[in-house]
Amino acid sequence: MSADATSFGEGPVNQLEGPQGNSLGEVTRRRYEAVKQGDVGTLPVILALVIIIAFFYSKNSNYLSAGNFTSMLTQMAGLTTIAIGVVFVLLLGEIDLSIGYVSGVAGVVVAEMQLPNGRFEVKYALVGIVVAVIVTALIGMLQGGFVAYIGVPSFVVTLAGYLFWQGVILQAIGNQGVIVIQSTLINNIANYFFSDKAGWIIAITAVGLFTASVLTGVVSRRRHGIHSDNLILVGLKLVGFGLVAFGAIWWANKERGFPFAALLVIILLVFWTFVAERTTFGRHVYAVGGNEEAARRAGIDTRKIKVLVFMICSGMAGLGGVILAARLNSVDLNAGGGTLLLDAIAAAVIGGTSLFGGRGRVLSALMGALVITTVASGIDLLGYSSAIKFMVTGLILLAAVTLDTISRRRLERSGR
Amino acid sequence: MTETMEVPTIAGAGTPLLEARNVTKSFGSVQALAEVDFAVHAGEVMALVGDNGAGKSTLIKCIAGIYPIDSGDVYFDGKKVSIGSPKAAADLGIEVVYQDLALCDNLDIVQNMYLGREEHDVIRRLKEPEMEARTAATMKSLAVTTIRSMRQQVASLSGGQRQSVAIGRAVMWNSKVVILDEPTAALGVAQTRQVLDLVARLSSQGLAVVIISHNLHDVFEVADRITCLRLGRNVAVFERREATQQEVVHAITAGVPTKVSGIAGTGLEEVL
Repeated sequence: MSADATSFGEGPVNQLEGPQGNSLGEVTRRRYEAVKQGDVGTLPVILALVIIIAFFYSKNSNYLSAGNFTSMLTQMAGLTTIAIGVVFVLLLGEIDLSIGYVSGVAGVVVAEMQLPNGRFEVKYALVGIVVAVIVTALIGMLQGGFVAYIGVPSFVVTLAGYLFWQGVILQAIGNQGVIVIQSTLINNIANYFFSDKAGWIIAITAVGLFTASVLTGVVSRRRHGIHSDNLILVGLKLVGFGLVAFGAIWWANKERGFPFAALLVIILLVFWTFVAERTTFGRHVYAVGGNEEAARRAGIDTRKIKVLVFMICSGMAGLGGVILAARLNSVDLNAGGGTLLLDAIAAAVIGGTSLFGGRGRVLSALMGALVITTVASGIDLLGYSSAIKFMVTGLILLAAVTLDTISRRRLERSGR
Repeated sequence: MTETMEVPTIAGAGTPLLEARNVTKSFGSVQALAEVDFAVHAGEVMALVGDNGAGKSTLIKCIAGIYPIDSGDVYFDGKKVSIGSPKAAADLGIEVVYQDLALCDNLDIVQNMYLGREEHDVIRRLKEPEMEARTAATMKSLAVTTIRSMRQQVASLSGGQRQSVAIGRAVMWNSKVVILDEPTAALGVAQTRQVLDLVARLSSQGLAVVIISHNLHDVFEVADRITCLRLGRNVAVFERREATQQEVVHAITAGVPTKVSGIAGTGLEEVL
């Protein structure tokens, strides 16, 4: 009897034919059906980007100049970093409204710790950066603890954090009004540009790693009898990546070069994508966001997952705050204020991460930040006021959330 | 009551794979189960029927380690066991498919099958191809052919397909006993057919299957034996071949706690 019972799942693993086919038509049809069911992926945001860029380029050809390109890259680094953390919180179906001022707290910590002859001065500015990220991650642990273990809605906990950390920043900077960052190491995070040669090495390394990772996946799947990859599409993907990588370096090298901040953001994106999509932790985050009760019954410690996610969110906000402070070479009373909070949440949502939890990708932080930054940069370039910028960004956000809601409803309807 | 322990079971061959004897469970002053006996053999489909509040779900949750039992014993493969948690039940090979299935809509089939038990390497990296291949093999062994891709999101599956995924998840872990709570509720005719076929296949592969259902038509179609509870007590165990639906309905609605064929006396007469 038990011999029979154990035979489950150990049958011969044959090649899966038919439904898993990998012909070009089959793969396209699968994608088309996914879109029809409401799984639109990054399609709309790429479309939006093309329209935005085409529009501003037609109005002013300086828009795509190498100079504006590199400055957009550094401009969006801090925002993208914070938005990566937001993606994780949204995946859980929670929200974090404190990220703006938490990023400001990190800026203050870094600034205080590099201040020559200050109370908190440390020998190496790098220590200051590490401490800033740890402090903000601990803030996340505290706030996440309230959400996970006591059950206070994250909206309220982080709204309290929004007020509290703003107060902390005002208290810390106090009558100075502004702390200037003199440490070149810190300022270089946002203001260092690679030499042309270093840029090319980065591009070659990136293309090499990407190719290796994609091909390993294909080979590994084939070895297990899964032939769902279409080799032509895989080839196109690799060529496309190569074109973007080398194109970006080539264009940036026409001006100051490829910014360090952009490389940092790319490394963060790759790392967190790996965590979200390739590890058990990431899988459990999606599960908790999709059906918390199911996750709990499957033996997942949902409360631990929640606390860790809030730590990631606050920690990334802290790192983003360091990048923003480095870009301004200072921290002032407005650190983490303004539209930063809303921009970061909007970036994650515009990029395609659902506000309802369980659906989204780390990459959407980049896509959304690209949309927000290209719009902002274009409107600045054309000399329109902030008023227009807010209105346009607001409309794009509304469109993104509407799309999310509609696609979610389609997903729920299909198949039943 | 000590002598009832030695009385061998008559129906079904040999030692039951899973057996509960004299299980009693109270919630405060409410007695949900009173000295209930229950047994299921390998390769057998045992239906558990009874009206609302008869104690079916409570009994299942006691066996699955969700509720601790107040008194009584549980035997697995002839050995006395104590099932203190769902994990202990899973370690023995007892899997429960709950009525609400507990699937994550936003994850695909492979991800749901392995939820909470993902295969990973030292840096906790998921072994996707391994998991996908084994999921496909499990589905194939269950003859589930209506699912096109193991990478389909569960949100896009029909009710019957979801039930198949939930059952597939339950049997993938070398399980020996699968308990299905109302597996055909809320399913259409064709999908009910699918699920009942699947249940029959499970028992033919040597698993002990317990199916809770209100639908006597379904019960008579797949079950080998039928245990009937009423108000937290045993009222009857039927051999499906020898029973009529009327008899079962009568037992559900008006059965008297009594010694029944196949299961040793419950001693309820003394209690009453």
